[in-house]
Amino acid sequence: MSVFSREYLQRRSFIELDARQRAQYLFDAGTGRELAGPFDRIESPWLPLQGVTPQSDDGCIVMRGAIGGRQAVVISFNGAFQGGGIGEVSGAKLTAALDLACRDSEQGKQTSAVLLLETGGVRLQEANLGLAAVAEIISSIIALRRYVPVISVIAGPVGCFGGMSLAAGVSSYIIMTPEGRLGLNGPEVIEEESGVEEFDASDRSLIWSIYGGQQRYDQGLADVLINDDADQIATTVRDLIAKGVPAIHRSEQVDLYRSRIAALDPSTQWDPGLVHSWSSWSAAFRQPPDEPIGRDQGAATKKEEDE
Amino acid sequence: MSKFTGIRGRVWFKALTGQQTPMPGDPPSVLVADALIGSDNARFLCVVPDPDSRFPCARHGEVGLEQAYTLAARIREVMKADNERPTEKNKKRPIIAIVDVKSQAYGRREEIAGIHLAAATSADAYATARFAGHPVITLIAGQAISGGFLTHGYQANRLLAFDDNEVLIHAMHKEAAARITRRSVDQLETLAETVTPLSYDVRDYAKLGLLYKLLHVSNPDAPSTEEISLVRNAVIEAIADARKGPADLRNRFESEDAQTARKASRLIRARLQEQWNQ
Repeated sequence: MSVFSREYLQRRSFIELDARQRAQYLFDAGTGRELAGPFDRIESPWLPLQGVTPQSDDGCIVMRGAIGGRQAVVISFNGAFQGGGIGEVSGAKLTAALDLACRDSEQGKQTSAVLLLETGGVRLQEANLGLAAVAEIISSIIALRRYVPVISVIAGPVGCFGGMSLAAGVSSYIIMTPEGRLGLNGPEVIEEESGVEEFDASDRSLIWSIYGGQQRYDQGLADVLINDDADQIATTVRDLIAKGVPAIHRSEQVDLYRSRIAALDPSTQWDPGLVHSWSSWSAAFRQPPDEPIGRDQGAATKKEEDE
Repeated sequence: MSKFTGIRGRVWFKALTGQQTPMPGDPPSVLVADALIGSDNARFLCVVPDPDSRFPCARHGEVGLEQAYTLAARIREVMKADNERPTEKNKKRPIIAIVDVKSQAYGRREEIAGIHLAAATSADAYATARFAGHPVITLIAGQAISGGFLTHGYQANRLLAFDDNEVLIHAMHKEAAARITRRSVDQLETLAETVTPLSYDVRDYAKLGLLYKLLHVSNPDAPSTEEISLVRNAVIEAIADARKGPADLRNRFESEDAQTARKASRLIRARLQEQWNQ
């Protein structure tokens, strides 16, 4: 069996698009419009005080338009600027976009939100205003998801870490690629705080086997696993917006996840592969789309080709 | 640099509730009790160190998997009960978070088991309670750091903190923040004099416009009866104020201090609103 299907090799990579292109790619042709863009020049007031060059969009792009004919706002983080870190401006931009979508949705003008998360979490140069912004983002996601789905896409390569992993955690759906990573504390932070015996941050395979999209999907911590294919990602986002708000959100399933933790034995260090042997985790909670999409469909296509 | 002792959570939990034992089935590191405050029967929640925690990276006052899920479960319990049995005048019970947390738990086990979701369930529960009309009040008695604070306390309608050198509200402890931003601790401290959000001083934090009030208590490790009643009254006042205001967090953008300190936040909000329907 060939590893890569023709479709896979001819795909358009999502990861290789920059933050603005990623956002634009999700909209119905000609509908995506950037708000508070670089020409508005609202920059971080705190970075220049520290000798750091600010960016005129603060590494956060907000676009409004239609996805599958429905109103949506896409907020895309540029992982190349300050590691996608949440500063005062980028954080307030995301919160404001969510709040405006919420105001419209409350008034019957349903406006879904899609977060393209490439972020290490709080931008340390703006420390307390970044942390405050993350708390506000979480609150605004929870307010909006009562009316419309809030979809988090973690495509890579930066992944989604720190406080923003909570933002992903409270969203309606999480889409990941195998190149995406999701976790609260990154490997370097754990090594720094708890020592190299707790986490060897140079161990690439350990990192991917814990945080990687495949693992998070297998654990039921992501809803859709999809190849790095811009068209497939756009289709999946469109389908999930059409699907609407799930009956229950993952972060409301307290008893399910709490009982999973209670059943575990943490007396010795864990190997990430253990997850597959934990019987309490076998029924992974996912928000299943009506039609099989994403990776499952990709696998089916590959199989047909081989035959 | 203030050292984390982790005693204040228990001290203030006991002072305000008269209790200090966990609820049945809960880990020893999470104290939850229902107690009268003013005319309300409120639910108090607090995370304290447990040197014997099953999870080695959550033994010193960190918020880990068990702590986060326990908080979430105990908050949702109150929401459910108040929904099923509406209290007098349909008033939702206040939820009071007493905060003295070193950080989130930094461990491999935690990441494998998805601590980000555990933290999210707790933040979700606090925020959902707030949107459902429960006044959610946070009393920062000691440290409130990073993911620990996001999980436990930062979703409150009103934030109260002690005006005290041991109170530390921040995204990361000073030494680690200095290393990661490639500075010395001295450089970081000098910068923090002009860059308010970098400061580790709660009086500077108060300038950001996020706090409802700073409370003066001479020794928060061992408060006097008068000081306890001062704090109690401040919490009662915060509950009343929260009930009067909107359920979202807009007060953190609109407060008097925020109009100066968060100018850029307010500007970007205004600009987005202008352009939203253009």
